[in-house]
Amino acid sequence: MIVWVDALIEGILLGGLYALFAAGLSLIFGIMRLVNLAHGDLIVLAAFVILTVAAWLGLDPFAATLAALPMMFVAGFALQYLLLDRTLGRDLLPPLLVTFGLSIIIENGLLEIFSADSRRLHAGAIETASILISRDISIGVAPLIVLGSAVAVILGLNLVFYRTALGRAFRATSDDLEIAQLMGIDHPRIFSVAMGLAFVVVTIAALYLGMRANFDPTIGPGRLLYAFEAVIVGGLGSFWGTLAGGVIIGVAQTVGAQINPEWQILAGHVAFLVVLVLRPRGLFPRAID
Amino acid sequence: MAALLETRGLTAFYGDFQALYGIDSALQAGETVAIIGANGAGKSTYLKSIAGLIRGKADSVWFDGAPIGATAAAEIMKRGITLVPEGRRLFPSLTVEENLLIGRYGRNAPGPWSLDGIYALFPVLKARRRAASTTLSGGEQQMAAIGRALISNPRVLLCDEISLGLAPIVVRALYDALPRIKSTGTSIILVEQDIVQAIKVSDRIYCFQEGRLSLSGRPDELSRDQIHLAYFGS
Amino acid sequence: MADLTPTATVPASFRIERKTGASAAVAIAVWLIVAALAALPVFAGRDLVEELIFVFYMLALAQCWNLLAGYAGLVSVGQQAFVGLGGYLLFALTIMAGLDPLVAIVLAGAIAAVFAVPTALILFRLRGAYFAIGSWVVAEVYRLVLAQFKQLGGGTGTSLGPDITNAVFAIDWIKSLLDVRTPAARDIVSYWVAGALAVGTIWLIRLILRSRLGLALGAIRDSEDAAESVGVDNLRVKLAVYIVIAAATGMIGALIYLQKARISPDAAFSVLDWTAYIIVIVVIGGIGTIEGPILGTIVFYLMQRYLASFGAWYLILLGALAIAVMLFAPKGLWGYLSERYGLVLFPIRRRLASENHA
Repeated sequence: MIVWVDALIEGILLGGLYALFAAGLSLIFGIMRLVNLAHGDLIVLAAFVILTVAAWLGLDPFAATLAALPMMFVAGFALQYLLLDRTLGRDLLPPLLVTFGLSIIIENGLLEIFSADSRRLHAGAIETASILISRDISIGVAPLIVLGSAVAVILGLNLVFYRTALGRAFRATSDDLEIAQLMGIDHPRIFSVAMGLAFVVVTIAALYLGMRANFDPTIGPGRLLYAFEAVIVGGLGSFWGTLAGGVIIGVAQTVGAQINPEWQILAGHVAFLVVLVLRPRGLFPRAID
Repeated sequence: MAALLETRGLTAFYGDFQALYGIDSALQAGETVAIIGANGAGKSTYLKSIAGLIRGKADSVWFDGAPIGATAAAEIMKRGITLVPEGRRLFPSLTVEENLLIGRYGRNAPGPWSLDGIYALFPVLKARRRAASTTLSGGEQQMAAIGRALISNPRVLLCDEISLGLAPIVVRALYDALPRIKSTGTSIILVEQDIVQAIKVSDRIYCFQEGRLSLSGRPDELSRDQIHLAYFGS
Repeated sequence: MADLTPTATVPASFRIERKTGASAAVAIAVWLIVAALAALPVFAGRDLVEELIFVFYMLALAQCWNLLAGYAGLVSVGQQAFVGLGGYLLFALTIMAGLDPLVAIVLAGAIAAVFAVPTALILFRLRGAYFAIGSWVVAEVYRLVLAQFKQLGGGTGTSLGPDITNAVFAIDWIKSLLDVRTPAARDIVSYWVAGALAVGTIWLIRLILRSRLGLALGAIRDSEDAAESVGVDNLRVKLAVYIVIAAATGMIGALIYLQKARISPDAAFSVLDWTAYIIVIVVIGGIGTIEGPILGTIVFYLMQRYLASFGAWYLILLGALAIAVMLFAPKGLWGYLSERYGLVLFPIRRRLASENHA
């Protein structure tokens, strides 16, 4: 019995990580209807950036992440302004294929620069620390921090979206691009701000990706799929929904792993497909599509 | 006296289709000009060209002595020309109040049209300020759309068919608000199918027919027959 | 009462025409090329035969993806599901059911079509880019499930023994006819099958596009809502196309793995080999035309031959090329040539021609 409770708790905590993966994707899709196939690879790229910054400046991963955040915001802004903004429009193929090409470039670029070796972000004692909840169950401190960060990020995103002028502009632009211009909203710039924000979230996600397990240039696509599944299961247009979606995928994976370790990833995919069949719009949809 | 807003030989195309054939027009500061004409005459196209949603040659539209014919819509808004678009087009994801506030995202100029000023003009909006904009009636949505275009204290307000699809009593209420807007010094160009209302509030009238200017003058100088001819053609 | 009879001459009847002047000549040329290619193994060395097998099956896969994405608007990043499924079905049917490999190829296509039905019904709940990623998830599910089958090698895969590969139909006949040894004869059979699949998919797609189904596809491509409003059943059309392409892809996958004689889940369901390369081919060649993938495959083959040794840099180049083409020449190489010089080799567009010319 205990093992199932353990699996459940572990799944919820893992869900926090997946929610972080998904938050950036959800943000970008919500505002500009862009699905970035390079999203997973960007998380991996950010992890390598943190690694490099930590090595150059002799910082621990948390400080290195803080240092990397402004840089990543600018990178996201530039990517959207210079490249991705040109692909937006009514046609489905250009953003899909351009981000797919980007995914290939990032993955192989990282392979060239860093080789295929596994890396890790070492955060010291926190990695193994745990809290005892009851006689038999303990929770890792690190996963708890990840879940807490996920909640904080989502609270932050909701704050920006629903209580700031910038957030109003995000929502207006995603509602009606043409009329948003009449409000003085310059859409390349606002989309670029959104992408910069997404890159910040991606970098936070990358910190925890790298702390939790080994990473290498090829694991990007897997993260994209988990992020995507979390967004769809949670329902488009809702950040809390994305958190719920992440938790569901996480729990599905850990419970599946409990039944048979080989089934972990498959269980997540199956849970996603089941939700897709039963509730195609997700569990907590909000977007007006 | 130089006009505040002028068009010189303004043309517009939708693909191969020419919608405007060289329109010359002028708006003096503080004036209210009405544009009338049948469907498809090019009235909305004219407003969109001024607002920057349709871009043409730079010297085809002049505002305050500067050529803006090729300027982007977001930039034109910041200079002080706002448009109440045809069909209202409020933002469905925003509440009533948020729809008003977004109107001054690009430019926040001083003037009488603060949020409170708009609420004083259209009290029903204040009562529904937190409602989703999609729950408003047609007339209320039109008020919100006008408020959204006013809140940045524009120098020129463009109104595209604000009476469209609304009951006469609602239209009257809207047009009763116009003189108050006018009294604060805002120049207005309104496109209208409702000729009676248009004539009542305007200082001058332009009539469009199939992309060309067919008549211009002051309401009291024009006869019914003249207007009829200019509207429908021979 | 005014006389309302029309005074202009109204044509008595209309014909739908597709032929262009060039297309008749091209048709003859195409058949000549096909005949030459069919006869090629008689003269050519084994290396060339093997290279051409690769070209043929990549071309066939590219045509399939092009029909899905360029015409039906189903941008799938998960076609590797059916390549891998086809490959595994080939292994299962030959190893476990003892069927002749060529029979197994055809059967693999049929079984893949059956699997495509529930797959499509689930996937079609997603639209656009979400459909794309969903198709990737589905491919991963296929991979993970098939990796569970220990009889087929589990996670590490398995090989086809010589008892199977040497028993392919017609090998003995070829050996005596062309005086070659067994491995070469097997390659020649694979070559003809691959060639047949390439020609077959092109012919099938041309058939579809010239039929009513093709008209419906064109309508859906332009506007799904408008298509529905004129009576096109979008779901059935897309389902039909998806299933047909799944069957073709399954057969191609079966052929690929017959020729390779070794399969593993990671290889059979590789996104790079069976989706990324295919997308690059179609994008560079030109989406939405039959000629585009042909041109794209040739270009890709040349790049693969001379540049693949550059490893990661080669892939970076491919990615950059795909981006550049999408941004600056979205209709691809063929699209550019066709617009510039007005070329059409496989006429599909219908023109209205009347009896009396005004």
